[in-house]
Amino acid sequence: MAEEIITDAMKKAIGTKTKPVKIEIEKGMIRKFVDSIEDPNPLWQDEAYAKKSRYGGIIAPPGLLMAAEMRGRGLDLPFQLPMGRILDGGGEWEYIKPIKPGDVLTVVDKIHDLRVREGRAGKMLFIVTETTWTNQKGELVARALGTLINY
Amino acid sequence: MAKQVYYEDVKEGKEIPQLAKNPTTMQLVKWAGASGDYYQIHYDKDFAQAAGLPGVIVHGRLKSSFLGQLLSDWVGEGGWVKKIAVQHRGMDFPGEQLTCKGTVTKKYVQGGEHIVELEIWTENPRGEKTAPATATVVLPSRG
Repeated sequence: MAEEIITDAMKKAIGTKTKPVKIEIEKGMIRKFVDSIEDPNPLWQDEAYAKKSRYGGIIAPPGLLMAAEMRGRGLDLPFQLPMGRILDGGGEWEYIKPIKPGDVLTVVDKIHDLRVREGRAGKMLFIVTETTWTNQKGELVARALGTLINY
Repeated sequence: MAKQVYYEDVKEGKEIPQLAKNPTTMQLVKWAGASGDYYQIHYDKDFAQAAGLPGVIVHGRLKSSFLGQLLSDWVGEGGWVKKIAVQHRGMDFPGEQLTCKGTVTKKYVQGGEHIVELEIWTENPRGEKTAPATATVVLPSRG
Protein backbone atom coordinates (compact mmCIF):
# COMPACT_ATOMS: atom_id res chain seq x y z
CA MET A 1 0.00 0.00 0.00
CA ALA A 2 2.78 2.34 0.94
CA GLU A 3 4.43 1.55 -2.35
CA GLU A 4 1.83 3.45 -4.38
CA ILE A 5 3.67 6.65 -3.42
CA ILE A 6 6.45 5.52 -5.71
CA THR A 7 5.09 5.95 -9.22
CA ASP A 8 6.39 4.21 -12.31
CA ALA A 9 8.04 7.46 -13.40
CA MET A 10 9.87 7.58 -10.07
CA LYS A 11 10.94 3.95 -10.37
CA LYS A 12 12.29 4.72 -13.82
CA ALA A 13 14.34 7.58 -12.40
CA ILE A 14 16.36 5.19 -10.21
CA GLY A 15 19.85 4.91 -11.63
CA THR A 16 19.48 7.81 -14.03
CA LYS A 17 22.47 10.10 -13.89
CA THR A 18 22.15 13.86 -14.06
CA LYS A 19 23.99 15.93 -16.63
CA PRO A 20 27.49 16.58 -15.23
CA VAL A 21 28.01 19.99 -13.65
CA LYS A 22 31.47 21.56 -13.36
CA ILE A 23 32.42 23.38 -10.16
CA GLU A 24 35.68 25.27 -9.79
CA ILE A 25 37.10 25.20 -6.28
CA GLU A 26 38.23 28.64 -5.14
CA LYS A 27 40.04 29.79 -2.01
CA GLY A 28 37.27 32.31 -1.32
CA MET A 29 34.63 29.59 -1.47
CA ILE A 30 36.56 27.52 1.07
CA ARG A 31 37.14 30.55 3.32
CA LYS A 32 33.44 31.48 3.29
CA PHE A 33 32.57 27.91 4.13
CA VAL A 34 34.99 27.47 7.05
CA ASP A 35 34.07 30.92 8.39
CA SER A 36 30.43 29.82 8.47
CA ILE A 37 31.19 26.69 10.49
CA GLU A 38 33.81 28.57 12.58
CA ASP A 39 36.64 26.18 11.84
CA PRO A 40 39.95 28.04 12.33
CA ASN A 41 42.24 25.27 10.98
CA PRO A 42 44.99 27.08 8.98
CA LEU A 43 45.18 24.18 6.52
CA TRP A 44 41.96 25.46 4.92
CA GLN A 45 42.98 29.12 4.67
CA ASP A 46 46.61 29.99 5.32
CA GLU A 47 48.63 29.43 2.14
CA ALA A 48 52.05 29.92 3.80
CA TYR A 49 51.14 27.47 6.55
CA ALA A 50 49.54 24.93 4.22
CA LYS A 51 52.55 25.04 1.88
CA LYS A 52 54.65 23.39 4.59
CA SER A 53 52.11 20.62 5.12
CA ARG A 54 52.28 17.33 3.23
CA TYR A 55 49.57 18.64 0.90
CA GLY A 56 51.81 21.47 -0.30
CA GLY A 57 48.97 23.97 -0.15
CA ILE A 58 45.45 24.72 0.98
CA ILE A 59 42.95 21.86 0.83
CA ALA A 60 39.19 21.77 1.32
CA PRO A 61 37.82 20.56 4.68
CA PRO A 62 35.62 17.43 4.77
CA GLY A 63 32.52 19.55 5.33
CA LEU A 64 32.79 21.40 2.03
CA LEU A 65 31.27 18.54 0.07
CA MET A 66 28.31 18.54 2.46
CA ALA A 67 27.33 21.98 1.16
CA ALA A 68 24.34 21.97 -1.17
CA GLU A 69 26.19 24.09 -3.71
CA MET A 70 28.77 21.34 -4.15
CA ARG A 71 26.07 19.08 -5.55
CA GLY A 72 25.22 19.00 -9.20
CA ARG A 73 21.50 19.40 -9.28
CA GLY A 74 20.64 19.30 -5.61
CA LEU A 75 16.90 19.11 -5.13
CA ASP A 76 16.20 19.34 -8.83
CA LEU A 77 14.80 15.81 -8.95
CA PRO A 78 13.50 14.28 -12.19
CA PHE A 79 10.04 13.87 -10.62
CA GLN A 80 7.60 15.84 -8.48
CA LEU A 81 7.90 15.20 -4.74
CA PRO A 82 4.66 13.47 -3.70
CA MET A 83 4.41 15.23 -0.33
CA GLY A 84 4.90 18.75 0.93
CA ARG A 85 7.63 18.60 3.54
CA ILE A 86 11.27 17.67 3.32
CA LEU A 87 13.98 16.92 5.83
CA ASP A 88 17.61 16.01 5.33
CA GLY A 89 17.95 12.49 6.72
CA GLY A 90 21.72 12.36 6.66
CA GLY A 91 24.49 11.21 4.42
CA GLU A 92 27.65 9.30 3.88
CA TRP A 93 30.73 11.02 2.50
CA GLU A 94 33.80 9.20 1.29
CA TYR A 95 36.97 11.21 0.72
CA ILE A 96 39.38 9.64 -1.72
CA LYS A 97 41.80 12.42 -2.66
CA PRO A 98 42.46 15.97 -1.42
CA ILE A 99 40.49 18.75 -3.11
CA LYS A 100 42.50 21.92 -3.74
CA PRO A 101 41.78 25.45 -4.92
CA GLY A 102 41.98 25.53 -8.70
CA ASP A 103 40.53 22.05 -9.07
CA VAL A 104 37.63 21.79 -11.46
CA LEU A 105 35.31 19.08 -10.21
CA THR A 106 32.75 17.33 -12.35
CA VAL A 107 29.71 16.48 -10.26
CA VAL A 108 27.20 13.82 -11.21
CA ASP A 109 24.10 12.98 -9.16
CA LYS A 110 22.05 9.84 -9.44
CA ILE A 111 18.91 8.57 -7.72
CA HIS A 112 20.30 5.57 -5.89
CA ASP A 113 17.18 4.29 -4.15
CA LEU A 114 13.58 5.15 -3.22
CA ARG A 115 11.89 3.68 -0.16
CA VAL A 116 8.66 4.32 1.71
CA ARG A 117 8.37 3.92 5.46
CA GLU A 118 5.56 4.52 7.87
CA GLY A 119 6.71 7.10 10.41
CA ARG A 120 5.19 9.11 13.24
CA ALA A 121 4.18 11.78 10.75
CA GLY A 122 2.59 9.25 8.37
CA LYS A 123 4.13 7.96 5.18
CA MET A 124 7.69 9.01 4.55
CA LEU A 125 9.51 8.74 1.25
CA PHE A 126 13.26 8.23 1.54
CA ILE A 127 15.14 9.44 -1.50
CA VAL A 128 18.74 8.27 -1.55
CA THR A 129 20.95 10.10 -4.03
CA GLU A 130 24.51 9.30 -4.98
CA THR A 131 26.95 12.04 -5.89
CA THR A 132 30.41 11.64 -7.37
CA TRP A 133 33.11 14.29 -7.73
CA THR A 134 35.84 13.81 -10.33
CA ASN A 135 38.72 16.26 -10.76
CA GLN A 136 40.24 17.73 -13.91
CA LYS A 137 42.72 14.81 -14.08
CA GLY A 138 39.84 12.36 -14.23
CA GLU A 139 40.44 11.11 -10.68
CA LEU A 140 37.44 10.27 -8.52
CA VAL A 141 38.06 12.48 -5.46
CA ALA A 142 34.92 11.83 -3.44
CA ARG A 143 31.62 10.02 -3.37
CA ALA A 144 28.51 10.55 -1.26
CA LEU A 145 25.11 9.11 -0.52
CA GLY A 146 22.48 11.53 0.76
CA THR A 147 19.07 10.73 2.19
CA LEU A 148 16.23 13.15 1.71
CA ILE A 149 12.99 12.53 3.57
CA ASN A 150 9.74 13.68 1.97
CA TYR A 151 6.67 13.51 4.22
CA MET B 1 46.91 23.16 16.40
CA ALA B 2 47.13 20.23 18.72
CA LYS B 3 50.02 17.79 18.67
CA GLN B 4 49.85 15.14 15.92
CA VAL B 5 48.13 11.95 17.04
CA TYR B 6 49.65 8.66 15.84
CA TYR B 7 48.06 5.28 15.25
CA GLU B 8 50.07 3.82 18.12
CA ASP B 9 48.61 6.41 20.54
CA VAL B 10 45.05 5.23 19.91
CA LYS B 11 43.16 2.68 21.97
CA GLU B 12 39.79 1.10 21.20
CA GLY B 13 37.10 2.48 23.51
CA LYS B 14 38.96 5.71 24.06
CA GLU B 15 37.27 9.08 23.62
CA ILE B 16 38.68 11.73 21.33
CA PRO B 17 38.79 15.44 22.33
CA GLN B 18 35.36 17.07 22.23
CA LEU B 19 34.40 20.04 20.12
CA ALA B 20 31.79 22.46 21.50
CA LYS B 21 29.68 24.42 19.05
CA ASN B 22 27.13 27.12 19.78
CA PRO B 23 25.03 27.59 16.68
CA THR B 24 23.13 30.89 16.54
CA THR B 25 20.54 32.07 14.02
CA MET B 26 23.35 34.18 12.53
CA GLN B 27 25.46 31.08 12.01
CA LEU B 28 22.53 29.35 10.29
CA VAL B 29 22.23 32.30 7.91
CA LYS B 30 25.99 32.26 7.27
CA TRP B 31 25.83 28.53 6.58
CA ALA B 32 22.82 28.99 4.30
CA GLY B 33 24.83 31.51 2.27
CA ALA B 34 28.07 29.56 2.26
CA SER B 35 26.48 26.20 1.49
CA GLY B 36 23.70 27.34 -0.82
CA ASP B 37 20.91 25.75 1.27
CA TYR B 38 18.17 28.36 1.44
CA TYR B 39 15.38 26.16 2.78
CA GLN B 40 13.38 28.58 4.95
CA ILE B 41 12.94 26.22 7.93
CA HIS B 42 16.47 27.24 8.89
CA TYR B 43 15.96 31.02 9.15
CA ASP B 44 12.26 31.93 8.82
CA LYS B 45 10.45 31.17 12.09
CA ASP B 46 6.95 31.64 10.63
CA PHE B 47 7.79 29.30 7.77
CA ALA B 48 9.29 26.73 10.15
CA GLN B 49 6.22 26.82 12.40
CA ALA B 50 3.86 26.54 9.44
CA ALA B 51 5.84 23.41 8.51
CA GLY B 52 5.04 21.98 11.94
CA LEU B 53 8.36 22.68 13.59
CA PRO B 54 8.73 24.44 16.97
CA GLY B 55 10.99 27.03 15.37
CA VAL B 56 13.97 27.30 13.06
CA ILE B 57 16.23 24.26 13.22
CA VAL B 58 19.94 23.73 12.68
CA HIS B 59 20.80 22.37 9.21
CA GLY B 60 21.62 18.66 9.37
CA ARG B 61 24.59 19.25 7.12
CA LEU B 62 25.90 22.01 9.36
CA LYS B 63 25.98 19.43 12.15
CA SER B 64 27.66 16.96 9.79
CA SER B 65 30.23 19.65 8.99
CA PHE B 66 30.86 20.15 12.70
CA LEU B 67 31.55 16.41 12.90
CA GLY B 68 33.94 16.82 9.97
CA GLN B 69 35.78 19.46 11.99
CA LEU B 70 35.84 17.21 15.07
CA LEU B 71 37.65 14.61 12.95
CA SER B 72 40.00 16.88 11.01
CA ASP B 73 41.02 18.55 14.29
CA TRP B 74 41.78 15.15 15.77
CA VAL B 75 43.61 13.47 12.86
CA GLY B 76 45.69 16.62 12.21
CA GLU B 77 47.68 17.28 9.08
CA GLY B 78 49.30 13.87 9.17
CA GLY B 79 45.96 12.06 9.10
CA TRP B 80 43.11 11.81 6.63
CA VAL B 81 39.35 11.69 7.09
CA LYS B 82 38.29 8.83 4.85
CA LYS B 83 34.59 8.47 5.54
CA ILE B 84 31.78 10.03 7.57
CA ALA B 85 28.27 8.53 7.69
CA VAL B 86 25.76 10.66 9.59
CA GLN B 87 22.11 10.18 10.51
CA HIS B 88 20.28 13.44 11.12
CA ARG B 89 18.08 11.92 13.78
CA GLY B 90 17.10 14.68 16.20
CA MET B 91 16.40 18.36 15.68
CA ASP B 92 18.67 21.01 17.15
CA PHE B 93 17.83 24.61 17.76
CA PRO B 94 19.95 27.75 17.60
CA GLY B 95 20.89 28.96 21.07
CA GLU B 96 21.56 25.46 22.37
CA GLN B 97 25.07 24.11 22.67
CA LEU B 98 26.00 21.17 20.50
CA THR B 99 28.89 19.06 21.68
CA CYS B 100 30.65 16.90 19.13
CA LYS B 101 32.05 13.75 20.68
CA GLY B 102 33.67 10.54 19.53
CA THR B 103 34.93 7.17 20.66
CA VAL B 104 37.38 4.86 18.91
CA THR B 105 35.66 1.59 18.03
CA LYS B 106 38.32 -0.26 16.05
CA LYS B 107 41.88 0.05 14.76
CA TYR B 108 43.63 -2.03 12.14
CA VAL B 109 46.14 -1.95 9.32
CA GLN B 110 44.79 -2.56 5.83
CA GLY B 111 46.48 -2.08 2.49
CA GLY B 112 49.40 -0.37 4.25
CA GLU B 113 47.08 2.19 5.85
CA HIS B 114 46.71 2.64 9.60
CA ILE B 115 42.96 2.84 9.95
CA VAL B 116 40.85 3.89 12.92
CA GLU B 117 37.07 3.59 13.05
CA LEU B 118 35.00 5.74 15.37
CA GLU B 119 31.54 6.39 16.60
CA ILE B 120 30.95 10.12 16.62
CA TRP B 121 27.91 12.23 17.36
CA THR B 122 26.49 15.63 18.20
CA GLU B 123 24.95 15.87 21.65
CA ASN B 124 22.38 18.41 22.86
CA PRO B 125 22.27 19.84 26.42
CA ARG B 126 19.89 17.01 27.45
CA GLY B 127 22.49 14.41 26.55
CA GLU B 128 20.63 13.22 23.44
CA LYS B 129 22.63 12.16 20.40
CA THR B 130 20.99 14.22 17.67
CA ALA B 131 23.33 13.23 14.85
CA PRO B 132 24.85 9.80 15.45
CA ALA B 133 27.57 8.90 12.97
CA THR B 134 30.37 6.54 12.16
CA ALA B 135 33.71 7.55 10.74
CA THR B 136 36.84 6.02 9.27
CA VAL B 137 40.15 7.88 9.40
CA VAL B 138 43.77 7.15 8.54
CA LEU B 139 46.46 8.11 11.04
CA PRO B 140 50.21 8.32 10.59
CA SER B 141 52.28 5.59 12.22
CA ARG B 142 55.43 5.99 14.27
CA GLY B 143 56.62 2.66 12.89
